[in-house]
Amino acid sequence: MPSLKDLKNRISSVKSTRKITKAMQMVAAAKLRRAQESAEAARPYTERFNAVLGQLAASVGGADNAPLLLRGTGKDDVQLLVVMTSERGLCGGFNSSIVKLARTRIEALKIAGKTVKILTVGKKGREQLRRDYGDMMIGHIDMSEVKKLGYGNAAAIAKDLLGRFDAGEFDVATIFYSEFKSVISQKPTAQQIIPASYDAPEEGAVSTIYDYEPSEEAILADLLPRGVATQLFAALLENAASEQGARMSAMDNATRNAGDMIDKLSIEYNRTRQAVITSELIEIISGAEAL
Amino acid sequence: MANTMQFDLVSPERSLASLKVTAVQLPGSEGELTAMPGHWPMITTLKPGILTVTADGEVLEFAVTGGFADISAEGATVLAEQAFEKGPEGRAAVEAELAQARAAAEAAKGPERDTATELVYDFVHLLENMQ
Repeated sequence: MPSLKDLKNRISSVKSTRKITKAMQMVAAAKLRRAQESAEAARPYTERFNAVLGQLAASVGGADNAPLLLRGTGKDDVQLLVVMTSERGLCGGFNSSIVKLARTRIEALKIAGKTVKILTVGKKGREQLRRDYGDMMIGHIDMSEVKKLGYGNAAAIAKDLLGRFDAGEFDVATIFYSEFKSVISQKPTAQQIIPASYDAPEEGAVSTIYDYEPSEEAILADLLPRGVATQLFAALLENAASEQGARMSAMDNATRNAGDMIDKLSIEYNRTRQAVITSELIEIISGAEAL
Repeated sequence: MANTMQFDLVSPERSLASLKVTAVQLPGSEGELTAMPGHWPMITTLKPGILTVTADGEVLEFAVTGGFADISAEGATVLAEQAFEKGPEGRAAVEAELAQARAAAEAAKGPERDTATELVYDFVHLLENMQ
């Protein structure tokens, strides 16, 4: 049976843990709000961008001379998986669920006899994947220095990807990230970004005939690399919001658990204290009787 | 015909302007152009330059570093790579872009060098216009 002092120490250590998790929850809540705001602010750009690209892709896409980024290399032998996770832990199942989805895909591709390459963004995903698939990793992008996500970050990743694509290092690229549904629900998602698929404008919608300056093909060739960056940026923002959401609910759970634990320990402490007093009294009384 | 149209300026990070305007002057990659209500639908890429918006006799100016514009009879949408209001903050960002473009121009070879050098000139020109 633990002594009174041990119990007291344990209670105070759980109390300080609770303070920390509570603070982390509040910080995550504040960061979540900011992450959601920036995701919101980026939406108009992405929507319009995709609309324009969809239109262009529909009119040029079928042609044999369409850019490789849209048409693909015609093969799918070498698959690149871009696994986007967070830099920090303590966010519940956030990283594990993304990694799990990536793992399932890797195994499926291996069975299908494809070559798999992995590029990780964020430290946590790399740590989890390195053990089993260390030989497939071709690179890692460190985001730990990034204070505030900007389009520049996405553009840098896109540049890296496009460089590898131009060098013929892979045929198909898929990104893995977590879609933000709500604070308590984040959905791990896989999305193919190279070759890109854009929704054609709806059938029956009034399709205006556009003039293109310079040519349609030149604009498409200019926009497609930017499309990759835009999609990466959207994924990064979704991921950031999901991470904070996951951390917030994980820390909320931890705070509640700590509270329960403190209650239990306090009861045990009080019982022990009473037992000690009782035994001391008995000792005094029996000592007095012996005289 | 209506004499105003909807104008939106958005960058990947935020939306900078959304208002009714009478004319927009754009730094198109094939040359400056002005879009007014009833313009023939067109899509053009942009080079670094100043975007001038006229609304209710007021004139707003933005600096863009590239991107593209979607113009139709009812409105114009500019999707800029980076866009700033005229001011010191924008200047610093454009200067950073200029430094990058310079480095790229020096590294580039052959025909790419010409396009890269042209981009540097565009940035220099933009900086002069931002003063």
